Amino acid sequence: MDSIYWPSFFFLLFSGFACTFAVAVLVSKNIVRMAFYLVLSLAATAGLFFLAGADFVGAMQLMIYVGGTLVLLVFGVMLTSQERFVEMKTDAGDWVIGFLAGGALLATLIWSALSIPAWQGISRAEAESLAVEKTATPLGMGLVGFRVDNPDESGYFFPFEIVSVHLLVVLVGAAYLARAKRKTNRLEMENNRLEQNPKGNHGAEPKNPTQ
Amino acid sequence: MAQFLSELSIFGFRVCPWPWLAYVIAGILHIALIINLVAVGALIFIWLERKISGRIQDRLGPTRVGGKFGWLQTLADGLKLLTKEDLMPNGADGLLFKIAPYVSFCAAISAFIAIPFAGGAYPWIAQHLNAGVFFVLAVLGLEVFGVILAGYSSASKWSLFGAMREAAQVVSYEVPLGMCVVVPVMLAGSMDMIVIGDMQSGWFTNWLVFHDPFTFITFWVFFTCATASVNRAPFDLAEAESELVAGFHTEYSGLRWSFFFMAEYGSMFSVSILASILFLGGWHGPVPVTSLLGISGETGSFAWFFAQLLGLGNVLLKGTLGVCIMMWIRWTLPRLRIDQVMTTCLKYCTPIAAVMFLGATCWHYAYPNKNFFGLTNYPESVYEISEGWEGAQQKPKTEETENKIAGYRNKNTTDKNKIGPRGQRSILISTAQLGRRGEHSILVFNRERY
Repeated sequence: MDSIYWPSFFFLLFSGFACTFAVAVLVSKNIVRMAFYLVLSLAATAGLFFLAGADFVGAMQLMIYVGGTLVLLVFGVMLTSQERFVEMKTDAGDWVIGFLAGGALLATLIWSALSIPAWQGISRAEAESLAVEKTATPLGMGLVGFRVDNPDESGYFFPFEIVSVHLLVVLVGAAYLARAKRKTNRLEMENNRLEQNPKGNHGAEPKNPTQ
Repeated sequence: MAQFLSELSIFGFRVCPWPWLAYVIAGILHIALIINLVAVGALIFIWLERKISGRIQDRLGPTRVGGKFGWLQTLADGLKLLTKEDLMPNGADGLLFKIAPYVSFCAAISAFIAIPFAGGAYPWIAQHLNAGVFFVLAVLGLEVFGVILAGYSSASKWSLFGAMREAAQVVSYEVPLGMCVVVPVMLAGSMDMIVIGDMQSGWFTNWLVFHDPFTFITFWVFFTCATASVNRAPFDLAEAESELVAGFHTEYSGLRWSFFFMAEYGSMFSVSILASILFLGGWHGPVPVTSLLGISGETGSFAWFFAQLLGLGNVLLKGTLGVCIMMWIRWTLPRLRIDQVMTTCLKYCTPIAAVMFLGATCWHYAYPNKNFFGLTNYPESVYEISEGWEGAQQKPKTEETENKIAGYRNKNTTDKNKIGPRGQRSILISTAQLGRRGEHSILVFNRERY
């Protein structure tokens, strides 16, 4: 047996990175640096997902959180930031409130994580005997309505459809909000149309009717 | 690999006296191979680009350094870059300015982790991911973050403009790129790049680019979007020399600057390899040389090694060909304006990709077993492909783990004999639920799984 148990090693490595950079987000004052540390923290979380064998969720974490959200964040920061937001200072009172709220949440999470029997760790020998299962295909089949692990139950087709229609609505709404608002002058438009096309036909005629 | 190293001994001496050392060496070997592929690839591609651009512009390109073709020119340039002064602007954000090139470079080489170079049961791949295509797409999108950091931290308006343009461009082009990738994923029924590649084994008629007219168009849309997403001309607005000096890397010099270029050439190579695996057969050549000559030996044998090496050559050749086409495009077409770039993406590429996806789906539904524009039937060998996500169940194993898996599947049952009937029933259910999803993909999905 190997003297170093690599999954534990990498778990400590990735979780250490995630926690360190999460703290760095808190203590740094420059907002772009905060965004950068947040990227590193979220990427380390993606590493934890890969370590757990959840390829799809890990890639999703990279795509959505690390890629999408932070590009958006950097956009927002750089295009809208005023001078006072570039160097942010946190008051002592804010620190106290933040520590109280965050500490309470952390305590709740740790307590609940330790109190659920199914989440207790298994021994190293047990862990090494477990088969490696790939997760993406069962996940995809589940979303189109077929549970691989339990064929008797229906899959998640309906929630999947609802979510996708919802996202489509959001996209259409975003496109509607972001469209260029034209100042339309009806008379002017009519004139333009007549100039381009004097006879009011649909442009099928040649420009010079004499030829 | 780690196991191989730990058992390897030369002249009676164990190479790795401790098992952990074998893991470390195996990891370092994988990383070193990938980094060298990107770095040496950049070295060759920069030289190639100079020669190709010279040829296109009716001049010679580098001729002197390293003999006849000037093939050591990039190495000389690299030495020059090493000796250059490492400058940083006064107002720059030091930490981000220094770290930005490495962020870009890391993103470019990370994509190669999940890219296979030869397929089969024991593929040549650093890390076999079940969602490989998705991982590569996700990581390719991260390269822009280094560029944004560079643009912001340089404290220069040119850099910032270049970075903003690049960010807008890359984020928009991810949409049609993703839609194009969905087409081969849909046809293969898997996001595993090994499965997608091995689905196209045999003659070139099995390549997905020739599957139907829709995939043929999808390939070209994919290649356009890939060119745009790695910021090559005519989409290289982030470093438009005529407007922005050098765009996001205006303030960079020396080795940091060259890291950006290694990242650019690395990601060019990775999207070309991605295109070749998704559409052009990957490690399968146009003619199935290995199966015609009958050199498909057992895993680990010399013939197997030779076949895999041939596959590696195929992947690298197709990738290089893609990079050459990108260079050809770069030195032929003029640069687009930013609004033209956005129009190309949102008004042409995205709708075309969406329609092609719909068309390919309908085609696959109408002619499930045909390929090469519906002219030929799928070869039998395609039925043999198994994604193997339950590969563990096929292997012989102890009664205990079998029971454990059975218990995991069905919490009330620990009798392993029940897997059989349940498995058969589940095949029926899946066939009924999926409808005519294409006979071969149902076979692919169900064979040897239950």
